[in-house]
Amino acid sequence: MKPPLFDYLVARSSDEAIRLLSDNPGAMILAGGQSLIPAMNFRLASPSALIDISRIGDLKSIDIVDGNVRVGAAVKHRDLEQSDAAFAVNPLMRTALHYVAHVPIRNRGTTVGSLCHADAAAEMPMILLLSGGWVTASGPNGQRQIPAADFFEFHMTTTREADEMIVSATFPALPSGAGYAFAEFARRKGDYAVAAVGAILERDLDGRISAARLAACGIASRPVRLFEVEASLVGTHLSDTEVEAAGELAKEAVTAPDDANATTAYRQHLLASLTRRVIREASEKVRKG
Amino acid sequence: MTINGVTLTRQVSTRMLLSDFIRHGLRLTGTHVGCEHGVCGACTIMIDGRAARSCLTFAVQADGAEIRTIESEEKEDGTLSALQQAFQECHGLQCGYCTPGMIMNIRSRFDSGEELDLSDDGIRELISGNLCRCTGYANIVKAVRRAAELTGRA
Amino acid sequence: MSTRKFGAPIKRNIDPRLLTGRGAFTDDINLPGVLHAAFVRSPFARARINGIDTSMAEQAEGVVAVYTCDNIGHLDIELPLLIPHPSMTKARTQRPLARGDVYYVGQTVAMVVAVDRYVAEDAAALVDVDYDPLDVELDLEKAIEDGAPLVHPTHPNNIAADFTQVSGDPEAAFAEAEHVTRIRVQVDRSTAAAMECRTVAARYDATRGELTVWDGTQAPLGVRGGLASIFGMDEDKVRVIAPDVGGGFGQKVMFPYPDELLVPHAAIQLGRPVKYIEDRRENFIGSNQERTQIHEIELFAKKNGEVIALRDNFLHDTGAFIPYGIAVAQVASTSIAGPYRIPNIHVRFRAVYTPTVPVTPYRGCGRPQACFAIERAMDQLAEELGIDRFEIRRRNLIRDEEFPYTREGLLFADGLRVKLDSGQYLKALDMARDAIGFDEFAAMQTKASGEGKSLGLGLAYYVEGTGLGPYEGGHVKIHPITGKVYVNTGLTSQGQGHDTVFAQIVSDQLGVNVEDVIVVEGDTGTFEWGVATFASRAAVVSGNAIHKTAVKVREQTIKAAANMLEADPLQIVLSDGYAEVPGTNRRVSLAAIATATNPLRYAFNSAAQAATQFAPASRHDGPPLIEGQHPGLEATDYFSPECATWAYGVHAAIVEVDRETCRVDVKKYVCIHDCGNMINPVIVDGQVMGGFAQGIGGALYERIEYDTDGNPTNANFVDFLIPYATEVPAIEISHIETPSPLNPLGVKGVGEAGCIAVGATLASGIEDALRPLGGAKFHKTPITPSMIFEAMAKA
Repeated sequence: MKPPLFDYLVARSSDEAIRLLSDNPGAMILAGGQSLIPAMNFRLASPSALIDISRIGDLKSIDIVDGNVRVGAAVKHRDLEQSDAAFAVNPLMRTALHYVAHVPIRNRGTTVGSLCHADAAAEMPMILLLSGGWVTASGPNGQRQIPAADFFEFHMTTTREADEMIVSATFPALPSGAGYAFAEFARRKGDYAVAAVGAILERDLDGRISAARLAACGIASRPVRLFEVEASLVGTHLSDTEVEAAGELAKEAVTAPDDANATTAYRQHLLASLTRRVIREASEKVRKG
Repeated sequence: MTINGVTLTRQVSTRMLLSDFIRHGLRLTGTHVGCEHGVCGACTIMIDGRAARSCLTFAVQADGAEIRTIESEEKEDGTLSALQQAFQECHGLQCGYCTPGMIMNIRSRFDSGEELDLSDDGIRELISGNLCRCTGYANIVKAVRRAAELTGRA
Repeated sequence: MSTRKFGAPIKRNIDPRLLTGRGAFTDDINLPGVLHAAFVRSPFARARINGIDTSMAEQAEGVVAVYTCDNIGHLDIELPLLIPHPSMTKARTQRPLARGDVYYVGQTVAMVVAVDRYVAEDAAALVDVDYDPLDVELDLEKAIEDGAPLVHPTHPNNIAADFTQVSGDPEAAFAEAEHVTRIRVQVDRSTAAAMECRTVAARYDATRGELTVWDGTQAPLGVRGGLASIFGMDEDKVRVIAPDVGGGFGQKVMFPYPDELLVPHAAIQLGRPVKYIEDRRENFIGSNQERTQIHEIELFAKKNGEVIALRDNFLHDTGAFIPYGIAVAQVASTSIAGPYRIPNIHVRFRAVYTPTVPVTPYRGCGRPQACFAIERAMDQLAEELGIDRFEIRRRNLIRDEEFPYTREGLLFADGLRVKLDSGQYLKALDMARDAIGFDEFAAMQTKASGEGKSLGLGLAYYVEGTGLGPYEGGHVKIHPITGKVYVNTGLTSQGQGHDTVFAQIVSDQLGVNVEDVIVVEGDTGTFEWGVATFASRAAVVSGNAIHKTAVKVREQTIKAAANMLEADPLQIVLSDGYAEVPGTNRRVSLAAIATATNPLRYAFNSAAQAATQFAPASRHDGPPLIEGQHPGLEATDYFSPECATWAYGVHAAIVEVDRETCRVDVKKYVCIHDCGNMINPVIVDGQVMGGFAQGIGGALYERIEYDTDGNPTNANFVDFLIPYATEVPAIEISHIETPSPLNPLGVKGVGEAGCIAVGATLASGIEDALRPLGGAKFHKTPITPSMIFEAMAKA
């Protein structure tokens, strides 16, 4: 399993990377390579050129911008996982990153790379969606922000244009006092999720749920928000019956067909269970008002 | 790049995997190749102090990097490191094919300065990401704990 | 040296080399000028080949040769049928490179040889093969129906073999039964997945006409025999070396794989070394696999639970070819009655061709399937008769005094009788019952149930026919300069630690340190006789051969030492590398004895002076080497067992099934195990634990997936789920040591033990855990979360 031939181009700046991308049809961005290189080794991907952005200094930083976490395109999963600053703003990232493959992969794989790879079962796209985050795409005509909801189109497909590079992803801060939780089931530790769910809950002064965000991955052709579950929770006190019902509602979000790891019926059951689990866990952390 | 303390410069084909470069270009054959898609961990080495899959890295990406392989693990006097001793003492290897990658992964965590979780689950977590088909892992778990004892980490 | 090394937990001699990266696996061996091979493989499960165009590939830069069936001359043959058996007619084996038809995805169609593997893969993609795909049937039960698409037109209903064996008088016993239990069980396909894939490298010395092949095989002597006969070479011109090998587990006992012929062929033709290092995807689609069997098993019992007869009828998936004969199915069929008396047995199997990777043994070799069938049936019988699961087994186990217990009429895979030679089956069962905490379990289960948790206890008993013949040999020589002991045998190690256990055996006889015994195996240039590593046989067959040989060398040594020390042979003690007369200062090193027993002309060192012609001890009245004697301290001997020796054991587990995620959490797992006398208990435990982990894989995770067109869909380590450390639970192992009466060391094999009963044990436990939820049955492995969900949903 050896990769096919390609040209290797080292970009010294984002602008250079974008220019190289335009000048080399069929080129791909190489950041950590932990999804791309296996695909190349299997000869499932054969880019004409790889544009290595891992040496671009300003893509390697994790910044708190307007209170949100901005993750540069060359930031390794492991750096984000270990960043206390990022954790303080949005703890869901560290929680979920713990489930992303294994440490040696996280040591080289980048979070933005994982977003661009857009595996429908991957954790970080779902966390971006759950957090209401966005990516910043840079192209010959300037920059644009693409909300997570518009970015992930299909399994391994995004709305990034061919001449654009994603230079960063921004994970918004959790609302003050919000409770959060993440739960995943995979066949083996470190595998892609059979299903994973994340939740962010807020309460009003009466203790009722005032806002709820839930998202899941592994259950459809892309990460999805569980809008109906969210709606069902707002205004409730999260009684056992309401949590139970929320789990049942979640089942409808499963559109993935039967596969080797799960039948649709089992995935629905699993998603319902995980949804109930994250709601309970998030509600324990949430502060009133 | 610097590898096991030796700095060298080589021209390589852009597609040469770092695993192949180390094994065949430099003839450091202790690093093994088990799957070439990043799952088994047999090819694990240290790049700039961190464990990484050499099969998921092109040699050109390692330009300027500091690399450590299993060949650096012995003590300078040629005796086994504590980690290697522990593997032998605890029968933590059988065919020995996964062992160099396993050891480099553990080495990186020992050297990282992080606190080590030496519970059974903690050690299993630490070595997850390296497949072993011979031992069933139990003796590797023992070996990690023993190495921590030998190095005063436990 | 006073303590016995046999039975001691000695550290392994080989470890420092492997731990420092100094191992020498095939791809580590430096062969200057080596060329690299890559294969063009069939993308179809079954197809006609209309044509192969290699012109593009041949013109590619860096390509040295492209081979198809049309330019490999004498290799364009059907490969040997390794184990013929009368139950097969016209057994089909594959050709090194496909001619006319392909029979599974992954079959080799062309081989490209190029300057490196990268270029070879590029060129392989340029070989244009024109296929006409044909219909296929992957389902074993449908494949035998009339009208099903045929893998081989020569074989109606895809039946490769149909074989029935009978013990006792089952027909009469069926009529006497008061209760009949009948279940259908299935075990799915898996693969060995050794961490090192298969490898072969070859170099041909045209001047000497010698071919050297490095092959990551379990059977170097077999490979040599195959090469010599197929290439028409003298055997002594073919040297096959199995260097360090990264795990085998049966997949590497099969030979010759196409590459094992084609790589040497290319090396001879091209006059340069050639190597082929299989990659992981190729290992999944090109190297043999095992497991799928569907058993319809019936137990005929008395009301008290005594099973008086067993009938089993099973289908065995043999893949597209049957090069290893019926061995896997035969082991399954002869292990089907497990540890139970069951005096009347009727077992029939049909081996079925499917358009998939051929089936040959993978660790366990039919035993896990047989164990799953009989043990699930025993649980079912217990449930139907309202008898406890331990108790029903107790009533049927062979009693200690009944050994040896022969199943007349059944022939094992070695063509010899099934004779369960020794054991303490009841004791093992009781130990398992205690170890798992049977007496406390009911209360635990009730308590867990109150907390909404599903806790279950599972158990399974297994037997393992091990140590098959026909024979192995041993060669032991004491080196005259260093006094180190050199040991050779014909089989080879893939991590089992032969170099240490064989050294322990020799150490006891010759009084030398284990580290001073150098075991060299797996090189046909050092020892020419023997068979291979398979069927948990190395310790039994080679171990005893080496033991017998070491005894001979001991006798020689003592006799020579007595002569040199002017003592009675009975006074001589061998210890710490010396022969000595205890209580005196008379002693002489083994090196000196080895030197002295080798009459010399030239004194190459001071010790050698004593052996030269004018030394005081030299004979002057006849030939220096007495007629009938040989120089030095050296012997060769062989061991050939009268039949297999049967190890056995019991597994028991407490499992919790998480109703939310359908995950199985193994809370406790115990294994009671008896492989006779243990040479090195640490290595034995290592074998059991490693087998156990593979058993966990087979029970819960690993399954080779094919779509209905016969395409493998998980031929990689992302999707084929080998357990990581996080998926393998802890296991507590206890041993019984009932010596085998069949060999001088009293040992039995252990290689496959750990994996056999895991599927049956966990199925038993999961079924028990979910019994209150409706009593769904678990009669298939691997048991996936989806299966557990379905079982709960039915409730």
